[in-house]
Amino acid sequence: METIASSVEYLSRYYPIVVFGLLAAAFGLGTLLISYFVQPREDNAEKLSPYECGSEPVSDARMPFPVRYYVIAMLFVIFDIEVIFLYPWAIVFDRIGLIGFMEMVIFIALFVLAFVYAWRKGALEWE
Amino acid sequence: MPDLMSVVTTLAMIVVVFGAVLLHVAYLTYFERKVLGHMQDRLGPMEVGYHGLLQPIADGLKLFFKEDIIPTGANKIIFTVAPIISLVPALIAFAVIPFSDRGPIADINIAILYILALSSIGAYGILLGGWASNSKYSLLGGLRSAAQVISYELALGMSLVGVLLLSGSLSLAAIAQGQAGGFWHWYAFAFPAPQFVAFVIYLLSAIAETNRLPFDLPEAESELVAGFFTEYSGMRFAFFFLAEYANMILVSCVGAILFLGGWQAPFDFLPSTGWWGVFWFLPKVYFLLFLFFWIRATLPRLRYDQLMRLGWKIMIPLALANILITSFLAFVTR
Repeated sequence: METIASSVEYLSRYYPIVVFGLLAAAFGLGTLLISYFVQPREDNAEKLSPYECGSEPVSDARMPFPVRYYVIAMLFVIFDIEVIFLYPWAIVFDRIGLIGFMEMVIFIALFVLAFVYAWRKGALEWE
Repeated sequence: MPDLMSVVTTLAMIVVVFGAVLLHVAYLTYFERKVLGHMQDRLGPMEVGYHGLLQPIADGLKLFFKEDIIPTGANKIIFTVAPIISLVPALIAFAVIPFSDRGPIADINIAILYILALSSIGAYGILLGGWASNSKYSLLGGLRSAAQVISYELALGMSLVGVLLLSGSLSLAAIAQGQAGGFWHWYAFAFPAPQFVAFVIYLLSAIAETNRLPFDLPEAESELVAGFFTEYSGMRFAFFFLAEYANMILVSCVGAILFLGGWQAPFDFLPSTGWWGVFWFLPKVYFLLFLFFWIRATLPRLRYDQLMRLGWKIMIPLALANILITSFLAFVTR
């Protein structure tokens, strides 16, 4: 029972965030709604066409597009997870002593190794 | 469970903080135009009210009564929701910011993770808005914002690790508490491992995070018209604007708390309790905001391969070195 009570206590710290979120969303939607009723409305085809510096829009905007930073995006996903591992370590750093410190030095060394490898392979180059 | 009195207080605080943030956002645009104006040897807004003081209100009213256009071929639902996806995270992040020693509205112990998570959600608003507009400029702006996220977010995350090492907490209230006793205890200057390198990395990442010059690639007026919000008008446009400025205030608040002592007074004989906390906190935040405008007025925009190079080849190695040096110094001096 005690664990349930303490987890309720723990979660109850988050209710202001929920209230804040509802208020912010209500502000957004409400403002859009009220502004919808007070704004002028005169549509025509020219006005509604996507902006393309005054000329007629050419082809669909959502065409296939070469994303040149694909490899970097892949590396980002991996390294971002590794960075998250550093957070709990930093928090308990005072309590884990020399072993904890050395373990993280090894972890960061592996990180650096992977990073240097990716760099040398040219993964960070702009083609 | 919290009792009724504390619930009422919390609700009142939410309304006050919400209103205060919106007011600061409105007047931040005025502040920016004045600072830029004077840096470019102009006066900035002068017409509406004394020295243009009512300009932000006039702008807000104008946008409110403007026609809200949805271009043909746009995805209506996503086009409408995207500005709100941008705005809501930028606002609710303020729930965990401690403005004084009385702590934040929601005193959670993972405040930093919460803010990092919300700032990532904000980027979705830009990406979705850019895609849903069915305009080539918007799509390019949205894609650039994705490129921007993967360029700076690692460095941003790493720059905080040094502070976490020194403070031993993810709660912003506890981190501010740990810097008591004068400015030489602020983590940017603190013994044993001053975090000013991390502070600079944090500031650069924060500028990229909020899409400000010289990293405003998703907007890039001179090449992409207005980037991801080219097709937006009226209140939807205003929401993207609000979100951008609220994010600027947010990253400045976080920077002030993590590196500049938050609500702590610069000398230990000065009071920093209660409203004094707000009194010390706001100048730090506005100093960082002024830096944003100063940098905007000084530097030209980067290309986005240059941004990636800066993020991956300079800021990440520096941040890693900072983590190693900080942990070493913290280890040998304790």
